[in-house]
Amino acid sequence: TKCVHLPPEVTATSRHYVDRLFDPDPQKVLQGVIDMKNAVIGNNKQKANLIVLGAVPRLLYLLQQGSSSSELRAECAVVLGSLAMGTENNIKSLVDCHIIPALLQGLLCPDLIFIEACLRCLRTVFISPVTPVQLLYTTPEHQTVLFNHGAIQNIAPLLISPSYKVRMQALKCFSVLAYENTQVSMTLVNVLVDEELLSQVFVRMMQRDQPIDMQLTAAKCLTYMCRAGAIRTDDSCIVLKTLPCLVRMCSKERLLEERVEGAETLAYLMEPDVELQRIASVTDHLVAMLADYFKYPSSVSAITDIKRLDHDLKHAHELRQAAFKLYASLGSNDEDIRKKITETENMMDRIVSGLSESSVKVRLAAVRCLHSLSRSVQQLRTSFHDHAVWKPLMKLLQNAPDEVLVMASSTLCNLLLEFSPSKEPILESGVIELLCSLTQSDSPALRVNGIWALMNMAFQADQKVKGEIVRALGTEQLFRLLSDPDSNVLMKTLGLLRNLLSTRPHIDQVMSSHGKQIMQAVTLILEGEHSIEVKEQTLCILANIADGNTAKELIMTNDDILQKIKYYMAHSNVKLQLAATFCISNLIWNEEDGSQERQDKLRELGFVDILHKLTQASDPNLCDRAKTAMQQYLA
Amino acid sequence: MDAMAELGAGSLLLGDPAFNYQEAELNERLKRLYPAVNEDETPLPRSWSPKDKYSYIGLSQNNLRVHYKGHGKNHKDAASVRATHPIPAACGIYYFEVKIVSKGLDFLSSLLPLSPIPGWDKHSYGYHGDDGHSFCSSGTGQPYGPTFTTGDVIGCCVNLINNTCFYTKNGISLGVAFTDLPPNLYPTVGLQTPGEIVDANFGQQPFVFDIEDYMSEWRAKIHGMIARFPIGERLGEWQAVLQNMVSTYLVHHGYCATATAFARATETLIQEDQTSIKNRQRIQKLVLAGRVGEAIEATQQLYPGLLEHNPNLLFMLKCRQFVEMVNGTDSEVRCFSIRSPKSQDSYPGSPSLSPRHGATNPNLHSAGADSPTCSNGVTPPNKNKSHNKYPGVSSASSSSSSSPSSVNYSESNSTDSTKSQPHSGTSNQEETSDSEMEIEAEHYTNGVAENPSARIMNGTYKHQEILQAQDISLEDSCASRQLCGGNQAATERMIQFGRELQGLNEQLCREYGKNVTHKKMLQDAFSLLAYSDPWNCPVGQQLDPMQRENICSALNSAILESQNLPKQPPLMLALGQATECVQLMARVRSGSCSFARVDNFLH
Repeated sequence: TKCVHLPPEVTATSRHYVDRLFDPDPQKVLQGVIDMKNAVIGNNKQKANLIVLGAVPRLLYLLQQGSSSSELRAECAVVLGSLAMGTENNIKSLVDCHIIPALLQGLLCPDLIFIEACLRCLRTVFISPVTPVQLLYTTPEHQTVLFNHGAIQNIAPLLISPSYKVRMQALKCFSVLAYENTQVSMTLVNVLVDEELLSQVFVRMMQRDQPIDMQLTAAKCLTYMCRAGAIRTDDSCIVLKTLPCLVRMCSKERLLEERVEGAETLAYLMEPDVELQRIASVTDHLVAMLADYFKYPSSVSAITDIKRLDHDLKHAHELRQAAFKLYASLGSNDEDIRKKITETENMMDRIVSGLSESSVKVRLAAVRCLHSLSRSVQQLRTSFHDHAVWKPLMKLLQNAPDEVLVMASSTLCNLLLEFSPSKEPILESGVIELLCSLTQSDSPALRVNGIWALMNMAFQADQKVKGEIVRALGTEQLFRLLSDPDSNVLMKTLGLLRNLLSTRPHIDQVMSSHGKQIMQAVTLILEGEHSIEVKEQTLCILANIADGNTAKELIMTNDDILQKIKYYMAHSNVKLQLAATFCISNLIWNEEDGSQERQDKLRELGFVDILHKLTQASDPNLCDRAKTAMQQYLA
Repeated sequence: MDAMAELGAGSLLLGDPAFNYQEAELNERLKRLYPAVNEDETPLPRSWSPKDKYSYIGLSQNNLRVHYKGHGKNHKDAASVRATHPIPAACGIYYFEVKIVSKGLDFLSSLLPLSPIPGWDKHSYGYHGDDGHSFCSSGTGQPYGPTFTTGDVIGCCVNLINNTCFYTKNGISLGVAFTDLPPNLYPTVGLQTPGEIVDANFGQQPFVFDIEDYMSEWRAKIHGMIARFPIGERLGEWQAVLQNMVSTYLVHHGYCATATAFARATETLIQEDQTSIKNRQRIQKLVLAGRVGEAIEATQQLYPGLLEHNPNLLFMLKCRQFVEMVNGTDSEVRCFSIRSPKSQDSYPGSPSLSPRHGATNPNLHSAGADSPTCSNGVTPPNKNKSHNKYPGVSSASSSSSSSPSSVNYSESNSTDSTKSQPHSGTSNQEETSDSEMEIEAEHYTNGVAENPSARIMNGTYKHQEILQAQDISLEDSCASRQLCGGNQAATERMIQFGRELQGLNEQLCREYGKNVTHKKMLQDAFSLLAYSDPWNCPVGQQLDPMQRENICSALNSAILESQNLPKQPPLMLALGQATECVQLMARVRSGSCSFARVDNFLH
């Protein structure tokens, strides 16, 4: 399918070499490969031609075939190695053809000459800057393969090699192996190097007089082992060694690259643990230290040193995103820390401008930071409102990659909470359409956030807003969401329905226009295989419907639903019993029109007996609820 | 301050074994943390001072526990106590911790400079437990760190290199609290409410915070600073200086071939001619091999007049010669047992003539103090001052210098010393050794007959022979040790030599007055004879071949000086000066001195 532009005469000779690889006679194939080898040596043009003509896949095929003679396989590897010696483009093409796994597989062969040829070729490929070395071991599969082949036992002794370079490479290797890999991490903690636990070896490497690179990488290893669950977060090697080491890496004295890595690793280390967040927040003025990350390029560097300016500019984005990440992690749980962060010099302004930066990485990190801070009621009420963060946030939502959208919409959910002063202006900005479009996304996280935001928006909203939500979303979409495979989406959609169906006039209005579909959806959910929480939420919707004036009748006339309510009143789960009882209680409430008829009908259906039984229930809430309901009959 | 030191010692008398153990641990830890601190000059804080405290403060547990016993109604009831001593600058980095045993309403951990009464308001620095604020010379605090309460361990680290301070909480550094701190701060704590109790740890126990790790960073920083000290344009100049230092060092110690090779490679010139270097090397080898008599002869032969002008040096050499006679290594006694090479001693410690370095070498530091170029202006000790003014020549020295085979020399000298023997008994302290000398001296005449031949034989040595002899003796260094090699005649010769030495001392006394050093030297040397096994006796140390190094370098320096060459190699001068500078830094409160110790750079 490739379009080939080559002079015909060149193509002809090159074509000949390739054609010979397809000869049915293995002997002739071997000779063809040998001739090809001689033809490409030192001839970059010939190499490029052969690659374009598709020699690589065929060579790889021959190399991998068990039926090929070991001589042929070795010659193939030699030719591939020769091709790799050409331009960077050659190497790219070879890597694209998945040469690396084929060569690695070749290392398992018992033939030493073949292994040597494979190794030579691998060496050539990996020496090139265009080959990402991570190809070797970043995926979990690679980690497992290396693990299964004894990488840990073989590399561990290198950690105490007299050569710094060797120690460093071994350390780097462990940091890649342990990353998000429980199996590797669990093994690492028990490894002994010269009768010393590996974690202690890492701790020694973090000593302050060690080279920075070594301190940082050792801290990464321990961080990954901790995150993988192999080391407790309250272990002293984490609290007193790894964390302070990473904080030191954030200091002004470190190189910009080191500060970026330090901050990112620290953010990752403490993400799930509030105690570590608290410790980090008081260590060496970290929160204030991070403010310096935003001061690049500095005004001084611009004037004094053009090289420095270039360097600063290059790292400015990385620094900012790293700082935002770390702030996000620091502030994810503790209210005091969030306060400390927002009180840091110009912090909210920095986040706001970060939201509209050209670098996606910075925007993502800024919105993550904003999201973390938006979990604070106090911040929502104060700094968020003062800095009108909703404006850039809304702009961000218009056009952003999914990753950014997820965080931004999640932040918006918090900004739409009823006590947030930003709720009003956001509503006025016409966000509903945008949120409705999110609910149609392929990403479950975006669907959840879209519907969640709508749910928050509908909470205690006036009729106009509710109407707009229903209209914009469309009943069809609403009911599609009610059958969403993601239970979070379902829960939030039910939540939205519940919020729409609050206060009597709203209930009657919504039910009069969409009653049929809603009752259908409710029936389906109650019949389906759903979690207790989903069913409880659904029963609560029924209870709301039962609170309407006209809406009540939709339940009273639906025997199927009534049977289901009865079933849930006798359910083993108290929460479901409570919600179902609440629904009946609303239906038989005395002060409303037609209550007598409804009471009679429900008595006939045996509800009174059930209520009577429930007054004896061990759960005090359920017991009270049943008694209140029974009183309606007595009055 | 003295009173306080006594109080500290007084509490030791309580005889609490746990405390004694703790005291030992404290000493060991303080030594490790602050090796540059000279506690004779600047003692380290070890406890709270019972003298420098408010009356509301109570002390217990060896003055480490502080409790509040006031009313605690308002800020006026705040009370504090400070440590016995201020923090010495030579610490470089100082650290102490306080554990909050029981918290009241308010707690302050602080530092303050020297002042008659401890108090917060003026020049004090603190970290407030209630609101986590830091305060500095004023009542209003700055937001600094977290609050702290019962069970927390609060640490305070003073960095005397950059004059900053940071606190720690439960082993976590809270970041710099103060900058531009003044010198002479005292560790201090303040309490304000009844029931408050805090325990101090000045090093009695391991610290929660890893202070040694922090120190290692600063050590590395300062070493890096020294290693990367910018020399800019003067690179060539520095190279020449360094080459000169290496070259002169090699020449000084007589590494002739190495020095020549070095000079060739670096295209530099050697000031001294090769023969002179070789001569010095030959003499040094003799001294280091314990053959001091031959060394003296060689010196007299090659540098006539040198020892005559340095009677102190000659005396030292002769004293050493006596010791070597006891040892059985000096040629004067070795010749008697020439058939038994096993008795020949050697120089097992350092056969290659290499001078030793590092803290063990007492020469190193005195070299610095001696140095006339020392910027600090330390006056050189005057131990060898008189040598230039020596007016006359003693008969003993002159006769020995005239001929290496002088039989008369020994005879006439011995007669002299025999005669003078009774006079030397004036000193009470010398009576023991004197009486022993008398007894042994009765056999003296026996040794004379054999003596001349041996001296002649020895007097005709060649350079190669010395080396060969040394080579041989190296192999046999494990011989059994006996007085003068176990030879009767040799012993008698030694006794005779002892008398000569005694005579020389008296002569020197007459001419220059009493010399305490000489007297002690002589006394020590003679004391060797009082023991049946001199090698295992209280003064046996003298017999150690290591002891030859001092006299060897003194002789070498004297020769060099006589040739108008520096008596100390510039390298040693530079080392001495650097050592002195570091000590001076401690006195002028430059904290980095603790991490710039000269011995860190000597391997």
